[in-house]
Amino acid sequence: MPPYTLIIGLETHVQLSTATKLFCRCSTKFGALPNTQTCPVCIGMPGTLPVMNREAFELSLRTALALNCSIHQFTKWDRKQYYYPDLPKGYQISQYDLPFSYEGWLEIQAPLSLGQGNGAGAEGSAGTATPSPQHAPPQRGRGSLVSKRIRIIRAHLEEDAGKSTHDETAGVADSRIDLNRAGTPLLEIVSHPDLRSAAETRAYLAELKLLLTYLGVSDCNMQEGSLRVDANINLHIDTPQGKIATPIVEVKNMNSFRAVERAMEYEAPRQYEVWQETGQKLGDVPKQTRGWDDVHERTYGQRRKEESSDYRYLPDPDLVPVTISAEKLEQLRATLGELPAQLRTRLESTYGLTAYDSEVLVNQGRELVDYFVQLAELCGNGKQASNWMQQDVMRVMGEQHLSIAEYPIGPAALAELLKAVKAGELDTTRGREVLARMLVTRNSAAVVIQDLGIEKVDESDMYALCQELLNANPKIVDDLKSGKQQAAGSLIGQAKKRNPNINPARFREILAELVAREPTS
Amino acid sequence: MTLSRADVEKVALLARLELSSAELNLLTPQLQQIVEYVESLNELNTEGVEPMAHALDVANVFAEDVVRPSLPREQALANAPHQDGEFYLVPAVLGE
Amino acid sequence: MRLVEQTATQLLAQLNAGEVTSLELTRACLDQIHRVDSRVKAFLRVRSDAAIATAEEIDQRRKNGQPVGRLGGLPVAVKDLLCTAGEPTTAASRMLEHFHPPYDATVIARLRSADAVIVGKTNMDEFAMGGSTENSGFFPTRNPWDLQRTPGGSSGGAAASVAARMTPLSVGSDTGGSIRQPAGLCGITGLKPTYGRVSRYGVIAFASSLDQIGPLGQTAEDVALLLEVIAGHDPLDSTSVARPVPRYTQSLREPLKNLRLGVVQEHYGEGLNHEVAAAVREAINVYKSLGARIVEIELPHARYGIATYYVIAPCEASSNLARYDGVHYGHRADEKRLITELAVERARLEQASDQAGLDRLDNALVKLYRRSRAEGFGAEVKRRIMLGTYALSAGYYDAYYVRALKVRRLIRNDYDAAFKSCDLIVGPVTPDTAFNLGEKSADPLSLYLVDLYTVTANLAGIGGIALPCGMSKAGLPIGFQLQGPAFTEETLLRAAYMFQQATNGHQHPPAIVTTNA
Repeated sequence: MPPYTLIIGLETHVQLSTATKLFCRCSTKFGALPNTQTCPVCIGMPGTLPVMNREAFELSLRTALALNCSIHQFTKWDRKQYYYPDLPKGYQISQYDLPFSYEGWLEIQAPLSLGQGNGAGAEGSAGTATPSPQHAPPQRGRGSLVSKRIRIIRAHLEEDAGKSTHDETAGVADSRIDLNRAGTPLLEIVSHPDLRSAAETRAYLAELKLLLTYLGVSDCNMQEGSLRVDANINLHIDTPQGKIATPIVEVKNMNSFRAVERAMEYEAPRQYEVWQETGQKLGDVPKQTRGWDDVHERTYGQRRKEESSDYRYLPDPDLVPVTISAEKLEQLRATLGELPAQLRTRLESTYGLTAYDSEVLVNQGRELVDYFVQLAELCGNGKQASNWMQQDVMRVMGEQHLSIAEYPIGPAALAELLKAVKAGELDTTRGREVLARMLVTRNSAAVVIQDLGIEKVDESDMYALCQELLNANPKIVDDLKSGKQQAAGSLIGQAKKRNPNINPARFREILAELVAREPTS
Repeated sequence: MTLSRADVEKVALLARLELSSAELNLLTPQLQQIVEYVESLNELNTEGVEPMAHALDVANVFAEDVVRPSLPREQALANAPHQDGEFYLVPAVLGE
Repeated sequence: MRLVEQTATQLLAQLNAGEVTSLELTRACLDQIHRVDSRVKAFLRVRSDAAIATAEEIDQRRKNGQPVGRLGGLPVAVKDLLCTAGEPTTAASRMLEHFHPPYDATVIARLRSADAVIVGKTNMDEFAMGGSTENSGFFPTRNPWDLQRTPGGSSGGAAASVAARMTPLSVGSDTGGSIRQPAGLCGITGLKPTYGRVSRYGVIAFASSLDQIGPLGQTAEDVALLLEVIAGHDPLDSTSVARPVPRYTQSLREPLKNLRLGVVQEHYGEGLNHEVAAAVREAINVYKSLGARIVEIELPHARYGIATYYVIAPCEASSNLARYDGVHYGHRADEKRLITELAVERARLEQASDQAGLDRLDNALVKLYRRSRAEGFGAEVKRRIMLGTYALSAGYYDAYYVRALKVRRLIRNDYDAAFKSCDLIVGPVTPDTAFNLGEKSADPLSLYLVDLYTVTANLAGIGGIALPCGMSKAGLPIGFQLQGPAFTEETLLRAAYMFQQATNGHQHPPAIVTTNA
């Protein structure tokens, strides 16, 4: 173990899935030709004025509520002033001292070994990490998980900037500016520095993304820049003189979970080395900004002039404040639906799923969970439903790139099959055969079962067949009597050849019963 | 508050204005004079007074999230001093 | 009386009666512009062909019995602060010399749909910053009453156009007095509406929380006519107010009974020219004779108005004008020259091993911004940008900006208290009559102080109207001002109309109108 704790806080920028921009009615659709989705307002032309997108504000409120944030009854927008060619007004409309929401939290499932290993929770300020009774360590999967609350400082609504494309060789070719993205609504979610490892950081982002997806507030497409992350990171180093905090470094431009994880893993030893060389402590030097180089998987220093951080915030006189009533909040809260954490708990308590299974299902999104719940209710067995979901439904979805909505068999039809399997009308293997056929023919389970000639074999017929086979195979009877259980397999195989509808499990039971009665030869 | 020439130079960078030496010489005392004048506001006790950023007490103005046509690109770029028919162009600067 | 000398109201009646065509009237205005504007220089651009085409189209419609808008083909001049689609809109700045907005300001759209004939765009102080129109990036405008003097500003061109009878109406903007002060100095009527009454969409911003568009004309009746057209809610301006627009022209003729006029003793202190003071007192006497009751009121924080204004307005301006960087529109400095200069400077510093100098050296982009802005903006604009940037910068924000916002609240509270005991406040509009061109250029603060009586209405967001009440011995107009609570334009206009019915000072045009050059 290195003699330090990694301290990480994230600023996550989420593009909200509105049809139009935050302050004008240009489309936010990704991938349009450059500068074809702009108007005088988002170009910042003289005399133009912003008007707030109602949907953007409501999506923001919903997200903040889902993040357990408190909501300011009165909120306003400010201008954050800096010069850059992709910021056409010379200021970004953002929220400074009265963000619409503050002080919330997000519960994550943090890897125990890393999250708990070195001082997490040792700080008074750190998030609470307690093993959750509802989340007993799962039997399978990625190792032990514990629940941990990551506190949210604030979430505020602001506008995105345009995009600059730079030539590799600066000074030779011009930079090119596309304003299509300028004015797209961005929700900035700022966490407390409660994260203690790269793995925890990843878990936080994954849970946040899942939550946003459940809320339907963002498509969270990182390749398209819908979810962008800046990390503030430093170290708490244990020294004989006590704990020392190193200067905070902000890492920008990470565009995938992997990039974030790798950047954190890169920064920790780098900062430790810098500290060993310079001995610099928090406050000794101004906050440094570093970019992330995805190709070489390393961070690099970015040059910044001292004046660049003087943003000269000013309340935007062109926008009026927003007031939020308690009724409005309750109304919105009612639209949130069941969120991932609640859903996991319900799947475990109502359907007896393991933490692992509930996580797998919940991570697939609300629609798949809805499918699962219907299936479990109709077939009456949560565990069975979960197994079929994971081993059959999700496998086909993966192979054929289908969403659950596109999966050809509805929960009622599948439940019919599952009930037949449960009732012993057919075994799991034959059940899979039936399902495969259902996928092709779109017929019901009953029809397919009939088509395939599957019928439940009468008990007396099974006894008769078993006795007949035993009589014909005295060697096997001896083997079984002497405890060679694998010998049964051959007999079951023969039975299935004679009658494919034989239920192997039941046949094995009958076999054991009859063998016990056989006299030793 | 006394404004030095260096202060004024710093403000000029923040304001992205290139000022000649002559302009700096002229502006420094002028700004100083105006700043002294506005410091008369310090005579007032403003404790507990709510700042008034807007002339009106209007709140909650929204537009519905319905797409309207954007400008044709040619029109959007028409006023740009330097463009290539697709993008606005600026001298390249990396690392900032 | 010549066509151009008549009021908008008289002309509109003739247009509607078919006694004159819009084309005839438009041509008469264009002729008048041709005759006097080489001396007055009220216009930055005259739209002769477009105006004639519009007038003909309106006449044709009227002839066909088709509906014609409320302005019925009246020529109107518009301050070059309002965007006109496809045509230059400059805010009298070199920065926007070649800017063609692809959109109309809402007020322009309303004018067009009311069938106004927009004859041209008028001169102004650059970005509306100033009180003399000398800060125009192109040329100063002169006062039609005395060509050596300023018409006031920043809507100096708009006021001079009406005063010299080049148009019966014009549209100006008022951030700290920019309609009322030039109206006062040019002997016409000008109204600054309540903040939010008229849309700001497409109006090039100076100080957004103070800017308001308003009408100028010969009489209160004319101003009411134009306000009725331009006022109203605009979904494109979040700060415009969704309140019905009264029919100002309808209620105008009803005299106000039991009018309580507030008088502020401090208005008559040092700095007020005695001729102006006498004329304003005489105006008050006229109201007394019409049955108004005079009430002494106090606006204890009004004397901090200028200081408050000259923090808030430059702060907002420094932000509003950040967009002029030569990237998306507007003036851009010679890039090649600038990059060469930078390379030479870098080489020199490297030669001298001047690391501090190298660290300070702007990159090409910063240099491009700084030079484009330095070349595009005039001295007063730069001064205010510097002032605002300073006041908002780290460490000064609370001391200047927040404090000014608090005093703004105190000023507003004063008004609220005063309007409990009076309906309107009457007083001077400017401390003096029109000053000579160049007289105050060397001392910016002295020019700022001219706004003494007007800025407080902008800070409080209330309405005010300036109208003529006499002439100085030197033959210069003197005006006075009425201020009313928010959204009492009807009362302001009725009070102004009462006065103008009782006097006839407003009917006398300057000599330039009646004599040949």
